[in-house]
Amino acid sequence: MTLEAKFQARIDDEVKIEPRDWMPDAYRKTLIRQISQHAHSEIVGMLPESNWITRAPSLRRKMVLLAKVQDEAGHGLYLYSAAETLGVEREDLIDELHTGKAKYSSIFNYPTLTWADMGAIGWLVDGAAIMNQVPLCRCSYGPYARAMVRICKEESFHQRQGYEIMLTLAQGSEAQKRMAQDALNRWWWPALMMFGPHDKDSPNTEQSMKWRIKRLSNDELRQRFVDATVPQADFLGLTIPDPDLKWNDETGQYDFGAINWDEFWEVVKGNGPCNRQRLQDRVKAHEDGAWVREASMVYAEKRRAREEAENQNTRVA
Amino acid sequence: MEALKNKKNWPLWEVFIRSKSGLNHKHVGSLHAADAEMAIENARDVYTRRNEGVSIWVVESAHITASNPDESESLFDPANDKVYRHPTFYNLPDELKHI
Repeated sequence: MTLEAKFQARIDDEVKIEPRDWMPDAYRKTLIRQISQHAHSEIVGMLPESNWITRAPSLRRKMVLLAKVQDEAGHGLYLYSAAETLGVEREDLIDELHTGKAKYSSIFNYPTLTWADMGAIGWLVDGAAIMNQVPLCRCSYGPYARAMVRICKEESFHQRQGYEIMLTLAQGSEAQKRMAQDALNRWWWPALMMFGPHDKDSPNTEQSMKWRIKRLSNDELRQRFVDATVPQADFLGLTIPDPDLKWNDETGQYDFGAINWDEFWEVVKGNGPCNRQRLQDRVKAHEDGAWVREASMVYAEKRRAREEAENQNTRVA
Repeated sequence: MEALKNKKNWPLWEVFIRSKSGLNHKHVGSLHAADAEMAIENARDVYTRRNEGVSIWVVESAHITASNPDESESLFDPANDKVYRHPTFYNLPDELKHI
């Protein structure tokens, strides 16, 4: 049996692949790309929400939002360290983000205009992310799967706090209801785009499914998200901005309208409303932190040298 | 040049957490930090935001020696044919109790 066949047999038997196991180069490359993009998404995903931390309507909301954004930093770190088990350096991954070579989820290139966007992001964006991430807990690559288990456990609070914000607004004044509806109108379609292109336009899906990196296709996940979310919108008394959305008795699922893929590709290419600003903010944060990284390294070196010298002295004495 | 580059980046640390007294420390992941003290603090923020631990160990990843998975067959081979190390190897009459 060739190495490649042995590898596939392990995957077919649901035996996890661990960092030092042999793996095909393409498997390694696919994982590095996917995990690092996932990590970048968590880190860039902090930006749209951090916009509202100082303007949260109450201390409770502010605490919650801070905790959520801090979780996202943590999720980015779990994922970067999972990527590093594949033999890449953290600095190189971050460089790829900053030079635009690596992508992150397009959803974070949309602006957060009102407080209701914090609700819509938690409910829809985190909801879509959970839909994507739950099957990844069973991914064939051990470190990625373990990071996803941890992330999924933490993420459900994110969605619930978002829905709670929407619920409060939807039960509030007319103006608050309008604000909630407006947020739903702006976030619905980008949330559906989070699942990526249609299966027929997603050339990597087949191989990723064979390797059990992916367990469900983009379209399957998107359909599950729609089916789960429509009743939640009904409960809020809000209207999903899709005139073609209707229950299909035959399939037992909701039919929904066509997605604007031109918009999707424009945002992917860097022409979304906030692409430039997001990258600028990340690069600036990294550069502004350079002296801290350097100083703490020098300090650690100095302490190590001093300790060694002291040990020498005691030995001489 | 390589040494200089390595010095600029914080080294990688492996993190082990004891989730409660009575249990082993268990590997949970890794992180970057300039020194051990910072590694402990970062581990607290990254891996125990929800009371997941009562104790943290950190060790620089470079200091870990791991067995080679390609050689795991020969490495673990000595245990493979020693079924007599398991209690079920011994056939004893059913009427015996507490054994």
